[in-house]
Amino acid sequence: MMAPTSTKLADDVLAESLPRVLAVRERPGRPGPLSASLTHFWRAMLGFKHGPAQLIDMVLFPFIFLLVFTFLFGGAIGGSTGAYLQDFLPGILVQTVVMMSVYTGTALNTDIVKGIFDRFRTLSFWQPATIVGSLMADMVRYVIALTLTIAVGMLIGFRPSSVVGCVLAVLILMLFAFSISWVFAALGVIAKAPETVSSLSMIVMFPLVFASNVFVPTESMPGVMRAIAEVNPISIAATAARGLMHGTVTASQITWVVLISAGILAVFGPLTMYLYGNKNNS
Amino acid sequence: MNSPSSLAIETSGLVKAFGKTQAVDGVDLAVPPGGVYGFLGPNGAGKTTTIRMLATLLKPDGGSARVFGHDVVRDADAVRRRVSLTGQFASVDEGITGVENIVLVARLLGHSWADAKARATQLLEAFGLAEAGDRLVKGYSGGMRRRLDIAASIVVTPDLLFLDEPTAGLDPRSRKQVWEIVRALVAAETTVLLTTQYLEEADQLADRIAVIDHGKVIAEGTPGELKSSVGTGALNVRLDDPESRPAAERVLHQALGVPIHLESDPVALSARITDPERVSLALTELSRSGVVITNFALGQPSLDEVFLALTGRRAEEEVPAKEEAIA
Repeated sequence: MMAPTSTKLADDVLAESLPRVLAVRERPGRPGPLSASLTHFWRAMLGFKHGPAQLIDMVLFPFIFLLVFTFLFGGAIGGSTGAYLQDFLPGILVQTVVMMSVYTGTALNTDIVKGIFDRFRTLSFWQPATIVGSLMADMVRYVIALTLTIAVGMLIGFRPSSVVGCVLAVLILMLFAFSISWVFAALGVIAKAPETVSSLSMIVMFPLVFASNVFVPTESMPGVMRAIAEVNPISIAATAARGLMHGTVTASQITWVVLISAGILAVFGPLTMYLYGNKNNS
Repeated sequence: MNSPSSLAIETSGLVKAFGKTQAVDGVDLAVPPGGVYGFLGPNGAGKTTTIRMLATLLKPDGGSARVFGHDVVRDADAVRRRVSLTGQFASVDEGITGVENIVLVARLLGHSWADAKARATQLLEAFGLAEAGDRLVKGYSGGMRRRLDIAASIVVTPDLLFLDEPTAGLDPRSRKQVWEIVRALVAAETTVLLTTQYLEEADQLADRIAVIDHGKVIAEGTPGELKSSVGTGALNVRLDDPESRPAAERVLHQALGVPIHLESDPVALSARITDPERVSLALTELSRSGVVITNFALGQPSLDEVFLALTGRRAEEEVPAKEEAIA
């Protein structure tokens, strides 16, 4: 693995060129918020470039769900696999991005636990850039995962009514996932280990995804369950995505998603930043 | 005396508790600029917690701390523009390459992409990491990782660098390299605050040392001052025959008037001496009583002995520590 020459050289090189390197004392101007955020975005994308397995993990999960539910349960739930897929695919898109948003929390927690967080905190850039940059990278991941899932869906028979509808559905789901990301970011700041974030998230997310209209229509559920499923933000996002992809969307469906996202953001955005700013500091 | 603003670090009554553990319990420091200032103490003594407060990572519960005259709480940003920290656990991103790590820090300091890349190349070369620069940090050895971490701390050469146990867990060779880096930094007029559990390291590098134990500074001074504060030195004697050790102990005790320490080596004895003039007398007494010595040495006390004299324990002994787990 290690090239032996790189350490063999070290002693001589250290003595010779260190003084020259250390002579650089002038400090550039503080980077602006956008510049710092873009740098963090770049870093998050690098992690992605060096570990493409992440992406496979992320899209493999929805693919399996997509295939299992469509071909095993689809006929029983929706009458035929084809009919079921038309309703199910927009739903699985919601599940995809919501599950991926957990990653924001685990990544942030890894940074804190592993120590690079200390490096960032001793530099004088605009601190929220750390979180903003990684959320920007998440947006890229969402687009890739959503596009791939829609493509697989179309291969097995999903037929949206328009391309524009699909694009709009992707956009509204990105907004929704962006807001949910802040919930996991907050969790990522306070958790003791990345595993805590992922396991806790799964405990919350699985019931939430299943108690929604993603897999089965709420009409078939008993009273209380149905009431819960209908106010579940995941159902509301899935309904809007279906409407947009099949051209049947209503203004109120969109408004609800926007309101819920804005509400989550208004609470968890400042909360996360507050927790981050005061981490280890009290 | 230095006026307050001319000190690199000045703290008064600095306090930090984690739950019921008083990690830092009233630390007063006055660190002049230039050179290496050593924090010496066992695990859990409060070294890391003090450094984290000085580096603006942790808010003190009480007391005050100034770095180059800037308050670490009220004026944290001004402090951050003068200092850098290399912590106990390498603060580098393992999932990206060495070059990318330096570029990341350079960009966050405000360098353009081009300048950041140029600086990364320059730094990695100077740290003997040029060839490893394009490999993921994940595959780096402990020594390489530590050098990368220090390189990231000096993308802009800081006026004050905190090095928290920079050689912990390194092989002797990597340790020597870190020492070279510290000396180069001092030559470049950076003040270095270094924590260490290794007495040899403090002795080698530090101009002044604060000995810390249970969250308090229990002694402060140059290595020489600390040594002379516990007596002028130690007499070490080696005997020809282990059988003669009881006799030698008796004679030395009588002649020197101090307790004699029996070393684990069955032919060796040592004593901390207060009056060097009595040593020659003691050696004469030994030969008069028929004890044959093969070797003797009169030395300054080691910092290990200093620590033992100050705390009643050896520095390497673990104390029940909560600090490192939390910080």
